[in-house]
Amino acid sequence: MSFGWQALPLYIILVSVVTGILVFMLGEQRQHTRTVLNLAGAILKLALILIMLLAIQAGTTFEFRLPLLPGLDLLLHADRLTMLFATLSALLWLVTTVYAIGYLEQSPNRARFFGFFSLCVAATMGVASAGNLFTFFIFYELLTLATWPLVVHRGTPEAFAAGRIYLAYTLAGGILLLVGLIWLHALAGAGDFILDGSLAPIASGNENALRAIFVLLMLGFGVKAALLPLHSWLPRAMVAPAPVSALLHAVAVVKAGAFGLVRLIQDVFGFQLAASLGLTDLLAWVAGVTIIYGSVLALKQSDLKRRLAYSTVSQVSYIALGVATGGVLATIGGLVHLVHQGLTKITLFFCAGNYAEAYGIHKVEDLDGLGECMPVTSVCFTIAALGMIGVPPMAGFITKWHLGAGAMAAGAPWVILILVASTLLNAAYFLPLLQRIWFRPLTEEIARRDDRLGRIRQVALIAPTVFVAVTALAAGLLAGIPGSPLFWVTRMVGAEGP
Amino acid sequence: MTNEALIGLIFLPLLGACATVLPGRFATYLGILSGLAPLPLLLVAVTLSVAQNGPGFLELGGWAAPLGIRLFVDPLAVLMLWMVAIIGGLAAIHAWCDFPPASPSGQRFWPLWLLLTSAMNALFLSADLFNLYVCLELITLTAIPLIALTGSKTAVRAAMRYLLLALLASLLYLLGVALLYNATGTLDLYLMRDALAAAPPAAVVATLALISLGLLLKGAVFPLHVWLPKAHASAPGPVSAVLSALVVKTAIYLLYRVWLWSVPATVAAEQALTLLAILGAGALLYGGVLALLQQRLKLVIAYSTVAQLGYLLLILPMASSGAWPVAWQGGTYQLLSHGLAKAAMFLAAANILHALGSDRLSDLQRLDQRQPLSLFALAVAGVSIMGLPPSGGFLAKWLLLDAAFRSGQWWLLAVLVAGSLLAAAYVFRILAASLRRDDPTEADPVADTKAIPNVQTACAVLLALLALAAGFAAAPMIEFIGPGAPGAWSRP
Repeated sequence: MSFGWQALPLYIILVSVVTGILVFMLGEQRQHTRTVLNLAGAILKLALILIMLLAIQAGTTFEFRLPLLPGLDLLLHADRLTMLFATLSALLWLVTTVYAIGYLEQSPNRARFFGFFSLCVAATMGVASAGNLFTFFIFYELLTLATWPLVVHRGTPEAFAAGRIYLAYTLAGGILLLVGLIWLHALAGAGDFILDGSLAPIASGNENALRAIFVLLMLGFGVKAALLPLHSWLPRAMVAPAPVSALLHAVAVVKAGAFGLVRLIQDVFGFQLAASLGLTDLLAWVAGVTIIYGSVLALKQSDLKRRLAYSTVSQVSYIALGVATGGVLATIGGLVHLVHQGLTKITLFFCAGNYAEAYGIHKVEDLDGLGECMPVTSVCFTIAALGMIGVPPMAGFITKWHLGAGAMAAGAPWVILILVASTLLNAAYFLPLLQRIWFRPLTEEIARRDDRLGRIRQVALIAPTVFVAVTALAAGLLAGIPGSPLFWVTRMVGAEGP
Repeated sequence: MTNEALIGLIFLPLLGACATVLPGRFATYLGILSGLAPLPLLLVAVTLSVAQNGPGFLELGGWAAPLGIRLFVDPLAVLMLWMVAIIGGLAAIHAWCDFPPASPSGQRFWPLWLLLTSAMNALFLSADLFNLYVCLELITLTAIPLIALTGSKTAVRAAMRYLLLALLASLLYLLGVALLYNATGTLDLYLMRDALAAAPPAAVVATLALISLGLLLKGAVFPLHVWLPKAHASAPGPVSAVLSALVVKTAIYLLYRVWLWSVPATVAAEQALTLLAILGAGALLYGGVLALLQQRLKLVIAYSTVAQLGYLLLILPMASSGAWPVAWQGGTYQLLSHGLAKAAMFLAAANILHALGSDRLSDLQRLDQRQPLSLFALAVAGVSIMGLPPSGGFLAKWLLLDAAFRSGQWWLLAVLVAGSLLAAAYVFRILAASLRRDDPTEADPVADTKAIPNVQTACAVLLALLALAAGFAAAPMIEFIGPGAPGAWSRP
């Protein structure tokens, strides 16, 4: 156990924990102090992550180890996958904090909201930097605990009903994960679970046990990643305020599940072993079905946020699909989608939040002609929607290109069919929205409503929206230059080998 | 030095109790302080000695067993003594506000409290079954007036029910002890194993059945738990905390001592342990379901105690398996973390009850604004009760699951999983009730809330934080606890 410079991942987590605790202690009234504190915490965290990124480039390794039980340590470290997820979540946390400050301007219980918001991000950082599955589990469950108060934040009966469903799914998933971990622990013995290929030596004779463990872990992660048929908590959780939805979908909960699936294939089992046990095919098929099913259901939703939620169900499974297909290209496609989907989906949710806050618009039908009244938000929405569909040269296209090429290389042409079908469906549920926004006349009823955003809130809501939209656009347009998500992921996969 | 410390642990609270009944305020204060304050200090000495020299006996008056009476101290006893010192100590500080020593209610409260402390310490240290009977009886007879102290009708009725069942339990236990003495000629827990192996089987079965039945009744083990929920829920806050965290555990502790230290490891004994574990499983499930159905906060917490005690019995059938060290670590860690978390919950519930004037779940709404720190204590302790990380309860659950897996007892695994899901359901039910806001226009929810002394809030929060900290401090503690019962049961 060393608390020096090597323990930086711990400090990055603690920054958010301390921010959360201080926000709780400040209470409801001290709004300005809270705002300063929130922003300072988010900026400090981002700065620490950038420092860590530079240090890793320079060859430093980070590790913090605290023995919790005989033979089981709380282990935090930072590998390339950690940094990918951590940078994404820290950046989007900062943006979402700004957005949430504007969004919740007048509403009650803001101290509670921002406190749990910070704890949620702390848990996400823990998930990202967990060095073994035991540590991963601790933060994964902490994430469940920290998000529940955000889901039920509005305090209405619908919110509590959604919260109940959320808990029922995630806690049940957590138990399956726990049983899987205990089994793996009994089988593979103590030590760091996340070690590439370390299960291979014990594989012979234990094939079926390993298969069962994989399925248990897959179910545990699949609940948060909203894999079919474990997805139905996600659309219901849409009763939460828009910044929470944005955070749940783009950065924290859903991503933690997807990240777990990536770790499971890449680091716990190793692709070779998982493939030889037939497990990658299983995951790829489940992911494929989820992609199509989520898109079909998204078509049917008339509530804007619910449509986006089903779109998330579908899009997040690209990550699992890519990793489970295997091969360099498909893995790149899956991992880069972790970032692309995050940036794009957060933009969409910010836009949906802006529409709801400015004109009280929740239904798809009411979007008619809004491009006229809210041009900036609408342009951002358009960028993100096109990115989701995967129109070249948007971010979604980069993902799909790599996934498709990877699938061919890995000899799984059926993946192409999934991609094509999904793209068509994406277009089918996003393009009508764009058509309504830009080419339909404003309905009279909406035209009579006043823009309810004040000037300050306008800045606090629009600026983050524009920022994430531009970043999402740049991730696609500038994918070829050093520093882009694609560049990082390519180096990562190239260096570690799929 | 250690011997004096051990004797001090038992007799300082006893002398303190005597002092509190003397006339004059000064004697009361002196009695309380001298009876409780030195305990942690004495325990440090005992802990160091046990860590250094291992378990040891102390022969009172210099008479060797089986003729004389012995005290026995080992890591398990030290753990229990620490729980009495810390949980009992914080509960006492909490009680100081509600029962000021100089007031008439305080005059009745503190002698009982000190006697209870002394009796529990004596129980954890005694090696002799008759001595243990005296301790058990003293615990019951001090706990019951403490419950009835408020004088409310429900409290008196609950205390009466507890009294009748506890007296029956004592009778059963005493009968068992008498039979045992007749059959073996010894009452020393740690000399009994060989004597029992040589005794006629019928007598052994009858003895163990009677003693266990008495202990199960005192420990409120399902289905003999009927007295517990009402008694624990209607007692004053600090009393509920100590009853749930410590008093029922004294019976479980004795069950451990009898079955793991004194009974020869035979096939029949193993079957008996499985039977006990089945009762534990019943407690876990039944208590969990009943906790879900309660409408009052303190009753939810009391039924949660019924459920959580089940965990402590679930480890027993693993006594002869290779997984025993892990199971034992899990059991003892559960003992500790449940104690901390449950005491925190009861103290927080007492604060909430005082502040709101009601602990009905439907009255808890907006608790996050009205009693934020009590809710915090309730929530953090609840995390430990659910067995979610980061908390002592999580590490205990991990160890228990691990042990169940290693010993291949799949049904235990299923019970553990079901038990933790039920716990999550009833804890989140409380939390959801506390965050609700039925009327968003309601102006100032804080207005009708009574202020709670900061000290009382701090006690609940501190216990909850200790339950949380137990999630990080397990490694050294588990090392100290060691492999558990020696000899016949443990096969590494």
